[in-house]
Amino acid sequence: MKMAEPNEYILECTGLSKAFGGSKALKEVELHIRHGEVHAIVGENGAGKSTLMKIIMGLLKADSGEIVFEGKPYKVNSPAEAINRGITMIHQELNPEPYLTVAENIFLNNEDVKGIILDKKTTNEKARNLLKEFDFKVSPTHLVEDLTLAQAQVIEIIKAVTRNAKLVIMDEPTSSLDSEETEQLFRVIRKLKADGVSVIYISHRMEEIFGICDTVSVFRDGRYIGTKSIEEVSTNDLITMMVGHEISNIFPKVGCEIGDVVFKAENLCGKGFENISFEVHAGEILGFTGLAGAGRSETMRAIFGLDKLTSGKMYLNGKEIKVRSPRSAIEQGIVMVNEDRRAYGLCLYRSISENISLPNLPVHQKGLFLNKHKEKKENEEYAKMLTVKAASINADAISLSGGNQQKVVLAKWIMANPKVMILDEPTRGVDVGAKAEIHSLICKFAAQGMAIIMISSELPEVMGMSDRIIVYHEGKINGEVSCEEIRNGSVTQETILAKEFGQ
Amino acid sequence: MSNRQNLTAEERAYNRSLMFKRYGISLVMIAMIIILSITTKKFLSANNILNVINTISINGCIALGMVFVITAGGIDLTVGAMLAWGSVVIGMVLQHFGTVQSIPIAIIIAIVSTGLMGLINGVLISYFNIFPFVVTLAMQLVIRGLATALSGGASFAVPVTQFTQLGLGRLWGVIPYPAIMLIVLIIIAWFLMHQTRFGRYVYAVGGNVQAATAAGVNVFWTRTATYIISGLFTAVASIIMTAKINASQPNVGVGYETDAIAACVIGGTSFAGGVATIPGTVIGIIIIGLIYNGMNLLGVQSYWQTVCKGILIILAVLIDKIVNKKR
Repeated sequence: MKMAEPNEYILECTGLSKAFGGSKALKEVELHIRHGEVHAIVGENGAGKSTLMKIIMGLLKADSGEIVFEGKPYKVNSPAEAINRGITMIHQELNPEPYLTVAENIFLNNEDVKGIILDKKTTNEKARNLLKEFDFKVSPTHLVEDLTLAQAQVIEIIKAVTRNAKLVIMDEPTSSLDSEETEQLFRVIRKLKADGVSVIYISHRMEEIFGICDTVSVFRDGRYIGTKSIEEVSTNDLITMMVGHEISNIFPKVGCEIGDVVFKAENLCGKGFENISFEVHAGEILGFTGLAGAGRSETMRAIFGLDKLTSGKMYLNGKEIKVRSPRSAIEQGIVMVNEDRRAYGLCLYRSISENISLPNLPVHQKGLFLNKHKEKKENEEYAKMLTVKAASINADAISLSGGNQQKVVLAKWIMANPKVMILDEPTRGVDVGAKAEIHSLICKFAAQGMAIIMISSELPEVMGMSDRIIVYHEGKINGEVSCEEIRNGSVTQETILAKEFGQ
Repeated sequence: MSNRQNLTAEERAYNRSLMFKRYGISLVMIAMIIILSITTKKFLSANNILNVINTISINGCIALGMVFVITAGGIDLTVGAMLAWGSVVIGMVLQHFGTVQSIPIAIIIAIVSTGLMGLINGVLISYFNIFPFVVTLAMQLVIRGLATALSGGASFAVPVTQFTQLGLGRLWGVIPYPAIMLIVLIIIAWFLMHQTRFGRYVYAVGGNVQAATAAGVNVFWTRTATYIISGLFTAVASIIMTAKINASQPNVGVGYETDAIAACVIGGTSFAGGVATIPGTVIGIIIIGLIYNGMNLLGVQSYWQTVCKGILIILAVLIDKIVNKKR
């Protein structure tokens, strides 16, 4: 890489650190973006990419370090301030106003007026010119509601340009676009580049990075690994940079006897995944890994009845089963610890005890009423067994730490005595100590003969815990590895990550 | 309760703070009682106390049903219209038969029909996923319209004089029958909310519908059942009302939903759902009753009573926000 002139960079971040509670999300990170370049940022899930972007957009405050934008110190407290300074982020979810027209969206909060009356004619005319400039065939008076996601994204980019954006951040912009729409987005990006606007392009898709970007920076475990010009690297180089070599002895996999097949999936298809087949045995931990949005959670949600399967068959202990709702899954012995604990795991403003009981209330029924004494006693036993630390079992779930909340969720499902337990990111948002406790609990459940399905984006975790690992890439299974292959070294983190990237 | 003894000091302190959080509003009620006892002579007289219980019985029955709906995350604006419907149905049935024996028939028809209306509310809201506010706002018009059509738009006296006993009579010459009906409903509501699976599901659905679904709770039936309960409890209120005024009127009950909702909110029911207690609601019902009674005794005009009630609701919610600092 050539040495850069001092004023060559539009954005310079140096020594940025950020911690959440005990865990460090960013450690002394740096990032240098040139004027008019498309700069890719790659890294595994949890590498710190989105934390860094949130700091740049003013959604989070860095604990230390500094940012210089256009040669001036840059400190913003909100996305509005960031936009004023000339930095805009195009989110996947953050959609424009659906019931306003294209033109109204582009000039939202920036409207042309005659006195106090909106000058719609001028607004539409200006929008029409902009759309032509971007070679984008949409009428300015069209409602945004009726646009495709790809078109709405372009509208957001055009809106950014009208506000004098000098740096546009795109986070996985193509994740739900088809190839033609992607090409359209690339045309827009090339136009931005030609106008001297810089783009930060976050993506998992190697072919896109090599297709549109000039430079690439790699992050791993909250650290900045390095920046390369796109001509001097290959996909394999990038994967090697992304993989950490930290060894995973902290994950205690206790060997236990593996029994018969408990659950079998055959050609499952649904939104975000297709042709998924696998089986999991009693006492086995089957790991699922893949990049964010690869379709692992979607598959499991459909198996648990939260979403719909469009086709495919499922078997439990050799018999075909149908799951219409979570209730029918639970009744048949399949439970799921969801990745979004606050949304699907707990009623945060109800007590620990009530949360543990929720799916298990029929057990405590006595005549017309609940046997509250027995309920409390049993819930206390389970809370103790799972080492939940709380002032009282009557404390609201919201008062607990992430790790203890997760243990409450586990207690609730263990009490339901399941045959198959699906764990989606079981240690997300959990501190290191509780993480080890949860790992050993999972092993204990497996030892009791439960079949465990564990989704994890942390490679060391999934490699340390699982008997077998299924790797997802873009909604499909892209390989399977066994723990023997990991132990004898024929499969490494690089091998698995390469599969995640579709290699 | 044998498990009381083996609580740790920490648990006891926690339970105390929980009690304060849930029932701190009772301090307001006690303060009101003390102030009214000092400032007015009549307040503590046996007659006045019975009078208070009597006046809160109608709103009380409605509020005890409403608390289930709000806790499950909904709202029921049809209760005022249902009150009128119940009143008209009872009057029509009694008019048709004109005998003492027909009183139970009248009551059963009133209860079953309002229960069915609750079922319709519930199905529209939970099956078709329409906003509860919109459904019950519209259903309120339908129900009141039906009540008016059925009665021909006019009020008429209840022809069976014994029926008025339900509103004006007293058990052993002491306890007014409306008070007994209210107490029975309090007990039923308390058991349903705090001692059964159904109550738990109500809390779970209102507290976090996604988590409830993922825990296998039947969200549709839980929600629907709360509207049915609201309908059934309102029928009891309509019995008391009709008996007290000894007439069927299709235009009664306008604005009654406000008092019921107010009682729930003052009693600590969260409009976001998932938080409520029956004892708290009872306290809310009593406070509403004290506002009316106290201001009557103090000679305040009824317009100002309405103003005070509104301000008190806002204060109750504000205090709850500040004390609990959540949501």
